[in-house]
Amino acid sequence: MSGILTYALHYEGAFNKNSLGAVSEGAKLAAELGGEAAVVVVGGDDLTDEMCAGLGSYGAAKVYRARAPEGLGAPVVDVMAKIFADGDYGYALFGGGLLGFEIGAGLTARLHAGVTMEVTQVKAQDGKLVAVRPILQDSAIVDVEYVSEPGIIIGRLNAFEISQSGGGPAEVVDVDVTLEEHSTKATMVQRGEQRGADVNIEDADLLVAGGRGLGKAEGFELCEELATALGGTVAATRAVVDAGWYPYAAQIGQTGKTVAPKLYLAAGISGAIQHKVGMQASENIVAINKDPNAPIFEFSDLGIVGDLNKILPKLTEAVKAKKGG
Amino acid sequence: MKICVLVKEVPDAAVEKRIDHASKRIDRSGEKNLNPFDTHAIEAAMQVKEGGVVEVEEVVAVTMGPESAFRALHKAVSLGADRSIHLTDDALAGSDCCATGYALAKVLAEESPDLVLLGQQSDDGECYTMGAIVADHLKMPSLTQVIKMDVEEGKLRCERQAEYGYDTVEISLPAVISVGDAINEPRYPSLKAIMGAKKKQLDTKAVGDAGIEADRVGESGSRTSVLAINPPPAKQAGEIIEDEDTNETVEKIVAWLDERKLLA
Ligand SMILES: Cc1cc2nc3c(=O)[nH]c(=O)nc-3n(C[C@H](O)[C@H](O)[C@H](O)COP(=O)(O)OP(=O)(O)OC[C@H]3O[C@@H](n4cnc5c(N)ncnc54)[C@H](O)[C@@H]3O)c2cc1C
Ligand SMILES: Nc1ncnc2c1ncn2[C@@H]1O[C@H](COP(=O)(O)O)[C@@H](O)[C@H]1O
Repeated sequence: MSGILTYALHYEGAFNKNSLGAVSEGAKLAAELGGEAAVVVVGGDDLTDEMCAGLGSYGAAKVYRARAPEGLGAPVVDVMAKIFADGDYGYALFGGGLLGFEIGAGLTARLHAGVTMEVTQVKAQDGKLVAVRPILQDSAIVDVEYVSEPGIIIGRLNAFEISQSGGGPAEVVDVDVTLEEHSTKATMVQRGEQRGADVNIEDADLLVAGGRGLGKAEGFELCEELATALGGTVAATRAVVDAGWYPYAAQIGQTGKTVAPKLYLAAGISGAIQHKVGMQASENIVAINKDPNAPIFEFSDLGIVGDLNKILPKLTEAVKAKKGG
Repeated sequence: MKICVLVKEVPDAAVEKRIDHASKRIDRSGEKNLNPFDTHAIEAAMQVKEGGVVEVEEVVAVTMGPESAFRALHKAVSLGADRSIHLTDDALAGSDCCATGYALAKVLAEESPDLVLLGQQSDDGECYTMGAIVADHLKMPSLTQVIKMDVEEGKLRCERQAEYGYDTVEISLPAVISVGDAINEPRYPSLKAIMGAKKKQLDTKAVGDAGIEADRVGESGSRTSVLAINPPPAKQAGEIIEDEDTNETVEKIVAWLDERKLLA
């Protein structure tokens, strides 16, 4: 069983970038194992033949298309479980994202399969796949093998590179799946709601990012003043976006934006993995945190252990003075 | 309505987490605590119970773990759970996510809950998967990372952040929900509740009591196996400034930024 099945999430007529990374990676690995690279897509009429066949350019040989609600895990588990039962696939591979976790987990239960998550690299060894996963806040890296097939691999955000291999159109196969009863018991009422202002953090050269350490919504004023002085933009963590302190469009991380500015300056941010994956490619990383053990200091170029309430206002003044002078 | 909350005992945040290289497992000796993310799940259960929309007969905390894990259950009970169940057996040691989810689902199935709540992640394992694994075994709908949960008769209305923004999802009960840490502010246990925790019913179960097939759990029943543990690639340590005199600190930061031409 050497084939690899990936899942491609889509929204408003476009496939998710991390899914395309998974499709590319799946194609590469399938070639190494000598099996077929196939992709599962789930949705409605928006999944046109052309859109599906286009996954061939990322290396997919076959695309299984199923009509079912998109955006929820269980229907996709039903579809993938059926394809595993009927086909010759040894692994399921997911890009970083929320849904990949839910679908991968559901498949683990359904197929009694091993699962690894937050995977940063996959190696083909002796005809099998080995997943590489950092654990304990990236302080160690484990190589995990699967005792049996199928194996489920859930990637870390941005772990798999998108590569257009220049392959021709993929074969599109419609699959008919009767959903399990429990898979019909969740309904999407509203999807992709944007909360707060529409700001652009992806094109900024300089970002001042604020986290829960700001203490309250008004704490963001300190970040905004510094960002203005620097000529930059303000970004945020999920913790403060979920709390309603700052708009969703400014969020960096697994369920937010991926950025790579010249300067990323964090104030009151712990540096959780799901945040780190969205900003670790930044050129210069500066962190202000009062906890000397905060994980963010593990990957910052300049770390300041101290109270942001004392440091930010003075830093803003000093930047203004420097730039003015 | 009956609510089961899954809770886990994890190494205390203040204790450095390490790996035991002999067993290739996380070293779980040292100070232990209730997984902080699970306190949000217990709080969510208490808010449903106290919310008055539905009648909650019972909140039951459930854990699978070594003998010491009863302490996580005591903590859960002091935060409001009515009783608890401890699944513990040498045969479970070394279980991977697949095996753990199967075993927990077996215990939950015997309780027939209307709602199963979990934390968004375990502080040590960080698998983010237990909710959806347990749900598929129980044949219940599920949603993870939920930050708002409104209970209505026979169903839930949930909100969570997914790939493209906030999703609102309606789920009929029974269901499995893992809650994000933004869903609530967990309460502190009262001294009286802490003192009374030991008196509340705690059932200990072994693999045989819960109808768990022994060959599907533990190290031998797991579907993954750790081949090697390596240190992360060496990275040049960043510069650290301890802020003592803020004027001086700020001067250093500005010089650092200026050197890298970030103040142009
Ligand atoms: C599936 C999933 C997806 C996720 N997606 C994302 C995502 O897209 N983006 C994201 O950011 N997170 C995401 N998260 C959440 C992530 O795990 C963290 O919870 C979050 O990033 C923490 O945000 P924070 O650093 O603002 O808060 P905290 O972790 O609470 O950190 C606050 C920090 O502020 C410091 N502090 C407090 N007061 C002060 C002070 N006065 N001066 C200086 N420092 C101070 C504290 O020491 C602490 O380190 C996701 C989690 C999951 C499970
Ligand atoms: N051994 C366990 N016993 C009980 N609950 C658990 C156990 N492991 C994980 N959980 C629950 O599953 C949630 C997610 O954990 P994880 O999938 O390991 O990140 C935790 O917050 C707990 O609620």
